[in-house]
Amino acid sequence: MPTYIEGIIILTCINSIAAMGVSLLTGFTGIFTLGNAAYMAIGAYTTAILTMKHNLHWLPSVILGGLLAMAIAYLIGIPTLKLMGDYFAIASIGLGETVRLIIENWEPVTRGARGFPGIDSFTTLPVALTFFIILTWITFNLIKSNYGRAFKACRDDYLAASLLGFNTAKYRILSLSISALYCGIAGGLFAGFMTFLQPTMFDLQKSTELTAVVVFGGLGSLSGTILGTTIITLIIELFRPISQYRMLIYGAALVLVMIFRPEGLMGEKEILSLIRGMGRRGEHGRPT
Amino acid sequence: MGGLLELNGVTKRFGGIVAVKELSIKVNEGELVGLIGPNGAGKTTVFNLITGLYPVDEGRIIFNGEEITPLKSYEIIRKGVARTFQNLRLFPRATALENVMTACQNHLRYSFLEACLHMGRWRRYESAIKDESMYYLEKMGLKERAFQRAGTLPYGHQRRLEIARALALKPKLLLLDEPAAGMNPEEVAELSELIVDIHREFKLTTMVIEHHMDLVVGVCPHVICMNFGEKIAEGTPNEVMNHPEVLRAYLGEEV
Repeated sequence: MPTYIEGIIILTCINSIAAMGVSLLTGFTGIFTLGNAAYMAIGAYTTAILTMKHNLHWLPSVILGGLLAMAIAYLIGIPTLKLMGDYFAIASIGLGETVRLIIENWEPVTRGARGFPGIDSFTTLPVALTFFIILTWITFNLIKSNYGRAFKACRDDYLAASLLGFNTAKYRILSLSISALYCGIAGGLFAGFMTFLQPTMFDLQKSTELTAVVVFGGLGSLSGTILGTTIITLIIELFRPISQYRMLIYGAALVLVMIFRPEGLMGEKEILSLIRGMGRRGEHGRPT
Repeated sequence: MGGLLELNGVTKRFGGIVAVKELSIKVNEGELVGLIGPNGAGKTTVFNLITGLYPVDEGRIIFNGEEITPLKSYEIIRKGVARTFQNLRLFPRATALENVMTACQNHLRYSFLEACLHMGRWRRYESAIKDESMYYLEKMGLKERAFQRAGTLPYGHQRRLEIARALALKPKLLLLDEPAAGMNPEEVAELSELIVDIHREFKLTTMVIEHHMDLVVGVCPHVICMNFGEKIAEGTPNEVMNHPEVLRAYLGEEV
């Protein structure tokens, strides 16, 4: 069993993976979601069932959980991503609740509301860190490529994007699918960390938290997402002893950012480009 | 020889209003055509119909020998049509360079896996996309502005940036929707020169919607005038300017 500090780092890694998925969808493609905890739930329960009932190794189980979440997102995305703006967010709440209720009532498979106990504890610190580093690297690569520019074009002006030859519907569905894959993998790792699953772990509050950390860190900034997740995870975990006040602190942190940094902690900038920008400013003595 | 772009009896209605009525236009390859008409004549609607933003109610649009009437916008663009907008549609938060790069990547494609892993064609194509985008920025006199956010550029520069972005699609047909809107006389003169230059250098078939008569007369050898959704005159600038219907449309009766 991991120690307390290790546990917090593992949880930060898991939450960051899920939040990066939401960041790609909300921050870079401009699609607000309030249901991505559903994909975490799909990943978590798939992993739990495959490892416990079918004796599959945890690594393929986690990946299959992610892929199943991705496939479901793809199928759901085709009709729902025709909705723009807030309408999709509302549809995603419906999806999130539907998945939670299915898990709660499909007792022979998911063991229902009483929860799914006794999952192998496979998410050690090295496992969580490896997943986190690989997925972060891939996400940074992706946003610095033709796909990243296409996502941002769909976010900034979908009409202009389609008049530059982009099939905007395809990119929106792709973005949702990738975000579901990330959330699914995060869910699988979460199952291996908690060793016990319950449908209420993936309720609307979890979905809101995923979107909140992305807004908190700055829409359109991946390092902001990771920074935001780290801060929020630390607040929630470190203040667990004074649990009556912890949601108060969490709320206060969000409100403070809204007042002082309405564009989020990082705005739209990445940490690396900020550091480089400072260096450049120092060399030439002119603002960039 | 058939035209590059042909509209055959195209009609578009919005409820009871007929915005475009049985319009037939033929644009030959290499032509520079001006589309003029009073406000509300349906000029922009024609561009929106060509680029698939509105479905056509009646008639057919043929581009490069193929019917494009039922196609979606992005499919029409990929066949080789590019346009600019009357009220700019840049990506304001992206830099000028990124705006053009977004358009450039249409013909320099690499796979999703290569994008995720930054391997294979990624490095080669990314630098090609950047070089090509810089070339178009330079053509439009925006090289120094490459790393500035598009939304912070002066208005005239934003207009030129939009043209640069349209050129980066390597179109066969360029549609410019009021490129001189909101410009002062000097800027208009500069822009006229630029349009002629682009047309000559890229051998690009171009259609321009314009209100500035001096721009159209000075630049376009072939002018079409519309009023109330119908074509009322077509020919050389002089023919169109002296056409009685055109005079009536612009100045009213009793000329």
